Amino acid sequence: MTRIVEHQAEVERHTGKDHECANCPNRAAALAPVELNGRRRFLNYLLGTSLGATLVAILYPILKFITPPEVIEATQSSVVAGKVSELAANSGKIFKFGNKPGLLIRTASGELKAFSATCTHLDCIVQYQPEEKRIWCACHNGQYNLNGQNTGGPPPRPLEEYVVNTRGDEIVVSKA
Amino acid sequence: MKADTITAWFDERLAISSAAKVARKKEVPIHRHTIWYYFGGMTLFLFTVQVVTGILLLLYYRPSAENAFESVQFIMTEVQFGWLIRSVHSWSANLLIATLFVHMFSVFFMRAYRKPREVTWVTGVLLMFIALGFGFSGYLLPWNKLSFFATKVGTEIAGVIPVIGKPVLKFLRGGEDVTGATLTRFFGFHVAVLPAITTVLIAIHLLLVQLHGMSVPPKYEGKDLRRMKFFPNFFMRDLVGWILAVGVLAALAALFPWELGEKADAFAPAPAGIRPEWYFLFMFETLKLIPPKILGFDGEVIGILAFAAGGLVWLLVPFIDRANGEQKRRKIFILFGLVVVLYIVVMTLVGYLK
Amino acid sequence: MNQRSIQSQACGASEEPRGFSLIRAIKCVAVIGLALLVPFFTHGAASAEKKDSCVECHSQMADAAPAIAAPVEQMKGDVHSSHGFSCVDCHGGDAGADDMTEAMSRAKGFVGKPEPKAVPAFCGKCHSNAEQMKKFAPALRIDQEREYRTSVHGKLLEQGDRNVATCISCHGSHGVRAVNDPLSAVYPLNVAETCSKCHANADYMKSYNIEHDQYEKYKSSVHAKALYEKQDLSAPTCNDCHGNHGAAPPGIASVSNVCGQCHARQSTLFAQSPHKAAFDAVGFGECIECHSNHDIAQPSDEMIGVGEKSVCILCHDAREDNKGYVAARQMRARMDELAASIKSASDILTKAERAGMEVSRPKFELNEARDALTHARVLIHSFSTDEVEKVIKPGLDIAAKGESAGLAALDEWSYRRKGLAASLFFILFLAALVYLKVRQIENKQRGSNG
Repeated sequence: MTRIVEHQAEVERHTGKDHECANCPNRAAALAPVELNGRRRFLNYLLGTSLGATLVAILYPILKFITPPEVIEATQSSVVAGKVSELAANSGKIFKFGNKPGLLIRTASGELKAFSATCTHLDCIVQYQPEEKRIWCACHNGQYNLNGQNTGGPPPRPLEEYVVNTRGDEIVVSKA
Repeated sequence: MKADTITAWFDERLAISSAAKVARKKEVPIHRHTIWYYFGGMTLFLFTVQVVTGILLLLYYRPSAENAFESVQFIMTEVQFGWLIRSVHSWSANLLIATLFVHMFSVFFMRAYRKPREVTWVTGVLLMFIALGFGFSGYLLPWNKLSFFATKVGTEIAGVIPVIGKPVLKFLRGGEDVTGATLTRFFGFHVAVLPAITTVLIAIHLLLVQLHGMSVPPKYEGKDLRRMKFFPNFFMRDLVGWILAVGVLAALAALFPWELGEKADAFAPAPAGIRPEWYFLFMFETLKLIPPKILGFDGEVIGILAFAAGGLVWLLVPFIDRANGEQKRRKIFILFGLVVVLYIVVMTLVGYLK
Repeated sequence: MNQRSIQSQACGASEEPRGFSLIRAIKCVAVIGLALLVPFFTHGAASAEKKDSCVECHSQMADAAPAIAAPVEQMKGDVHSSHGFSCVDCHGGDAGADDMTEAMSRAKGFVGKPEPKAVPAFCGKCHSNAEQMKKFAPALRIDQEREYRTSVHGKLLEQGDRNVATCISCHGSHGVRAVNDPLSAVYPLNVAETCSKCHANADYMKSYNIEHDQYEKYKSSVHAKALYEKQDLSAPTCNDCHGNHGAAPPGIASVSNVCGQCHARQSTLFAQSPHKAAFDAVGFGECIECHSNHDIAQPSDEMIGVGEKSVCILCHDAREDNKGYVAARQMRARMDELAASIKSASDILTKAERAGMEVSRPKFELNEARDALTHARVLIHSFSTDEVEKVIKPGLDIAAKGESAGLAALDEWSYRRKGLAASLFFILFLAALVYLKVRQIENKQRGSNG
């Protein structure tokens, strides 16, 4: 293609007239493949490959970008807190919910409950006490019942309760 | 042969060859100031980069006060090469405005706005205002402390304009204060309204350039200059610049990643050292220098009206500078342009060095 | 009847003989005038409310005897008033009688202003009576009077001390408010100030040989900071440690129990440690020996160990054969190690985060190491290096994990820069090639031009 454009440009410069290939008497000659000299061929080759490489260098990140990442959403509104088979009755477990700690409890009767594990007094992490069957904060002896309500000690407010669902063996905790 | 047939097929339907013929004819005059001709194309290229990276960011960005910051954080940390796309977008915005200014001032000093190119100039200045609008609206979208306060101060200034100020402020903010409503609104401006207007204006601007051809500085007018073909010569030279621009953007994105900042908090006090982006800094510094009262009127109002008047003068420069040949007239305009450039440069530096 | 009795009181019919005075004459006229107008104003009200002659008379004595008129105003905010109680319910007498002697007659049960020694029983008339309290506030305790008698105040009062605190010293006499009313003198935020009225008074305390700096000290404490600055009403004030009505300093051997109401873990650990027996034997006040009682400051790691500011060396000699000295040194060393490890990991993670890397999970997990350090600070109250080591070791592991996660993130960042260098190479190479191509084309064009 370049050949033809170059040829046309040449002719126009010489004759100052528009030149159509279709009616050109030199068409055959013009269309004949030209012997590119070695340097030109090398330059074209380099140009082609480096253009290709740069395009790949640009397209690769773009393609990676549009592929959804592992963690699909920014703000986590729900998280897999654990497995049903791994949480015994009358036990509790701390899990990560976004950037905050959560407390997952399986009561003695087998019910699953989840709360924010941040004590409402001074932000310590609470724990489940199997013997007393309550949620307890070691920092200042704060006590909560299994509904998350503050029943003793300094905590002024109940713990935020989360919604718990099971999906097969997975325990899914989401904000209320 | 095969290539020929395909070309012929398209040509029959899309009249490519006649367009190609016109394109082939396009020439660029060669003289001492030819280098400035590259800046328009560079601005256009950077705008294209903005559109592409912007669309990519749209796949993950969430325009609500609760989610915006987290979504940008998500892009920067979880999405593969998200850090690259986002930083390129932010840096390219700044480079775009820089090249836009260079393009505009080079056109001014070469007086390329003379007849018959007045409308081209007008569309260009309007495009500049819109580019600043892009910058202002886009700056809020990450919803961090700096952008929240920059928007608050910026819209506050708009509200000071007499008569229409308050309605304009409410229109911009989507209410009395800067809130999530402002964010959604700015997002709408940034991805829909401004791009639509820009498309139309760029189309007109480019068409007019093709129509009138490249202008030459007055002193070369009428002279027989060497010319180079736009395709492939000038265009390939353009490409070199654009490829280098890609390199610069990649380097800036990797070496100076754009900050995430802290999530905006409407109730927290303004962070120390708050100031707008560099392209607004000269106006901001000027307003700070103006005394509280001028001849009984509010100093800030006078300042803003002065800038508005200045903007209007700038827009109408081709209609004010009608003397094609008068030496004195020309010198005044060159002086005027130099004063403007110097003022902007000095006030921007003042803003940074304080 | 009403007006006439007031007129007679103001205008002459009083117990003491008085000479003529202009002021009295004016008052006489004023009172008669007012009295004539009273029916017009109070007609409706008087017929709806129960008659209360105490209030009627005493409220008019604001100029003549302000001290007697004041209670009427004060009672307006009183919690007893809001339940319908008035003067006679405490002081006895006849509120229906307009005549002063009749209203305030002993025969009708009038007791007047009680002597200090009689105050507890005065209030206890109702407040120790279960039947009575059930009618108005069933949940309130009824043993305050009994408790009071066990207190230092109560015992001194029994011995005839007239200056010591009784019910009204803290609760007020007229204008008593419920404890949960922020304006009450015994609302948590106001308790310390109420106690300090006597206990911070140097002269007052001199006769009892008690220090008077407790309030000043308390105000500088971490508990006061929590109470007054953070408005945490669960923070302890005077009564939480000393008791309300049975106010007395806790016995030396029960200090840790009192602190243990909130600081349960530390208290339990201390009680099981060798220090308890040792302290009790010597008469040291358990917790307060190291932490002080009133000016309890925010504890720091400096308190433990063998450094200058440590409390351990106050008893333990600096000798290798002194078990306590060695243990203190060991515990502090391990805690310092953990703190340093956490800081190092945190610094690296912050650096990685600033560089734009995703490190929120390692940062979250590093909090467990911080919790371990807090836990260690509690466990030192067992004064056993083994106990402390039980949490320090896992804490160090977690901190180490955090540090390696931070280093990994920085590696990834460095990898990105290398990627940039590589792509920049290609880009610059391409730009150069395109430029060469342009030159080549132009050379060719120039060549064919001639």
